[in-house]
Amino acid sequence: MPKITWLVLFGLLIIAPDASNGGDDFSQNEMRGLDEEVQEIKSDVLSIAAELSRLEERLLYPSNTQLAVFISLAEGEKFRLDAVQITINGELVAHYIYSFKELEALQKGGMQRIYTGNIPTGQHALSVSYDGKRKNGKDISRSETFEFTKGVEPKLLGITLADSEFGNAGIKLGDW
Amino acid sequence: MSEAPPWPIAVALIALLAATPSEGNDLNDLYFGEALYYAHQGYYFEALERLDAELGQHYGLDEPELDTLYVHLNDAEFSVGDFELHYRMHHRAGRAIRAVLEGDVDDDVRNDAAYRLARIHFQKGQMTDALHALGRIEGKVPEKIRDDIQFLRANIYMATDRPSDAVDILKRLQGADDLKGFASYNLGIALLQAGKQQDALKQLDRAGQIGDNDDATEAIRDKSNLVLGTILLEAGEFNQAKQFLDRVSLEGPFSNQALLSSGWADVSVENFERAVVPWSILAERNVTDGSAQEAMLALPYAYAKLNVHGRAALFYGRALDSFRGELEKLDASIESIRDGRFLQALIREEIRQNKDWVIQLRSLPDTPETYYLMELSASHVFQTGLQNYLDLADLRKKLVSWQTSIDSFDDMVAIRGEHYEPLLPDIDQQFRKLDSKMRLRIEQHRLLESRLKGMLTAPRPEFLATRKEQAILARLKELDSQLGKDKGPAATSLRQRIRRLSGTVTWTLLTEYHERLSVFDRNLRELHGSVEIMRENYARFVRARQAATHSFEGYEALVRRLRTRIDESLATVGLLMARQGHLLEVVAIDELVARRRRLENYQDQARFALADSYDRATQAEARGALQQ
Repeated sequence: MPKITWLVLFGLLIIAPDASNGGDDFSQNEMRGLDEEVQEIKSDVLSIAAELSRLEERLLYPSNTQLAVFISLAEGEKFRLDAVQITINGELVAHYIYSFKELEALQKGGMQRIYTGNIPTGQHALSVSYDGKRKNGKDISRSETFEFTKGVEPKLLGITLADSEFGNAGIKLGDW
Repeated sequence: MSEAPPWPIAVALIALLAATPSEGNDLNDLYFGEALYYAHQGYYFEALERLDAELGQHYGLDEPELDTLYVHLNDAEFSVGDFELHYRMHHRAGRAIRAVLEGDVDDDVRNDAAYRLARIHFQKGQMTDALHALGRIEGKVPEKIRDDIQFLRANIYMATDRPSDAVDILKRLQGADDLKGFASYNLGIALLQAGKQQDALKQLDRAGQIGDNDDATEAIRDKSNLVLGTILLEAGEFNQAKQFLDRVSLEGPFSNQALLSSGWADVSVENFERAVVPWSILAERNVTDGSAQEAMLALPYAYAKLNVHGRAALFYGRALDSFRGELEKLDASIESIRDGRFLQALIREEIRQNKDWVIQLRSLPDTPETYYLMELSASHVFQTGLQNYLDLADLRKKLVSWQTSIDSFDDMVAIRGEHYEPLLPDIDQQFRKLDSKMRLRIEQHRLLESRLKGMLTAPRPEFLATRKEQAILARLKELDSQLGKDKGPAATSLRQRIRRLSGTVTWTLLTEYHERLSVFDRNLRELHGSVEIMRENYARFVRARQAATHSFEGYEALVRRLRTRIDESLATVGLLMARQGHLLEVVAIDELVARRRRLENYQDQARFALADSYDRATQAEARGALQQ
């Protein structure tokens, strides 16, 4: 559930000179009016983005062949994830190197869609490997191979990475 | 230069809520998780896009309770509201939360929704609506938001001129850990608003001594001390004021104002020697800061009062040099903004990669257009305009890239059409042949199955005759019919032979019946498997055939509509950027011109004071020489 934080910012009005002092009411009203229009265009562009995503999905990843792979970190994991590599049926499909911001987003529970592609129905092999570093500076490098079946509906695979869980491999595959 | 510090009357409180996106632990919905992944990185457009799509898909399902989002639905709706707020879409924010509020949900969920809605109204400045939303809270209230609800209520009271009501609530919140600094400071301000000056001072004193050392608490502590010190300074309690002003951290954002006021408190009790200390520190700080500029004049003023005229003249001279340099920078900045370089600099991608980009702009060489951006950003109006301009620039980038993608989609569809269209008639013809054969085989299979079922209840050995046996029996039957009604001895003998032969075949059929039935059953089972494979291949072919058609048919209108929408939006974004950019330039230039005027004023004062100090220093020197 969301953690709510109240930040009360009071200082700016007192400490810093307000640029509006130099301007006039007209500028302020104009800014406010523009703000409304900016909100409207944001809404329009979001709706275009949604329609475009649907079109992209239909054109590039039809449901009967669609495969999406997501990466997440197990709850409470604080190790530094450096890179993840995914191969499907022996073919490299994703090799991702994480920035600090991305790692932080994963640690807070975000899930990264690392790969979207097409595969035929039937049995397939998915190999996952990751590299990282523990807080004590020790390197972690793990890999695991899983089998999965692709049916006629879109296939979603969630890979959870951990340093200490899921046995020695530290990689768990979830099927959605 | 003023003898007393400018008293910041504004005790206006801007309460800004920052709701962090949901934590994604125990999340079952991958796309909701993906939205959080973007939100946690500050990419709220992408987060909204993903979550909107996921929610839309969920509501379109026949059985949404089977969807992975179902258990997170309220959380997802709340998150949409949070993302919209973060993306500064205040108009839309609250829409999703209102939907939760109107739904059939448990008390704690409804109350959480009411609280979030109230918060949104508060941020929009709709205080009556905010109170109305809080009024909908009843029954079980989630523990984690109880204090937040009360704090919000107190803030609303403060914003609606009901400080006494706010005081009552804030007093009860003094023990709340999460709100410690904020509740303490706000109580002080509420008491001030309520006219209880002495109580307010005591409370601000308490807020100014809160122990925690995190950034937010430190800022609140400094702020409390600064406000308290400033109130006392205005009231003529100079020594007391100094005590609180000196509590303000020298590193914090309020330090410049505190140092300046601290010096004025000393000057007010004619302790010029002591005033030199804070002003010396401040005069060495960033010259773009208004307090630092004032200190550059105040410091030599104090030295002059101490009759150290030579040093005063030296510092006035330094101030003049600084002001001259600053005026040159201001002129360059104004000119650069007028040339349009300010807006170009704002949207430089490499700069915005870093979260401290506004601060870093100053350290870039030869960038007068953004040198004062940090000072300008202190204004709320400018900040909103700047954020909007940056958001618009992002939208424009997205739209331009979509223009290219939509062309690619068009090409893709055309190439697929060119590839599949000539192939499909032949494939369809072959498919029709295959289809009729398949239907025949399936019918045969069905017949065999029904025969087997029939034989299990009523044995029919002739059904299990081999092809050869069937031929023999048919031939014997034919020979028998050829004999017709001939009653001659030869015909009779032949009939006997035919019956014997027929009996031999029948004997074999009857004696081998069970064995043959087992073989038949086994073969039929094997045939089931083959028929199943055939059906699967058939279905796969049908799907592939459909996919081939779907990959190029029915996109024309959609692509055309999208292209038009993208083009129209791009034009609107361009127009808005131009208007927003122009306003930013106007506000920036106005502010810089005002700064320029102030600096010119300071420069004039410094020139006169320099001449005066120089005269006095010369006179003092002459007197000294005379005495010698």
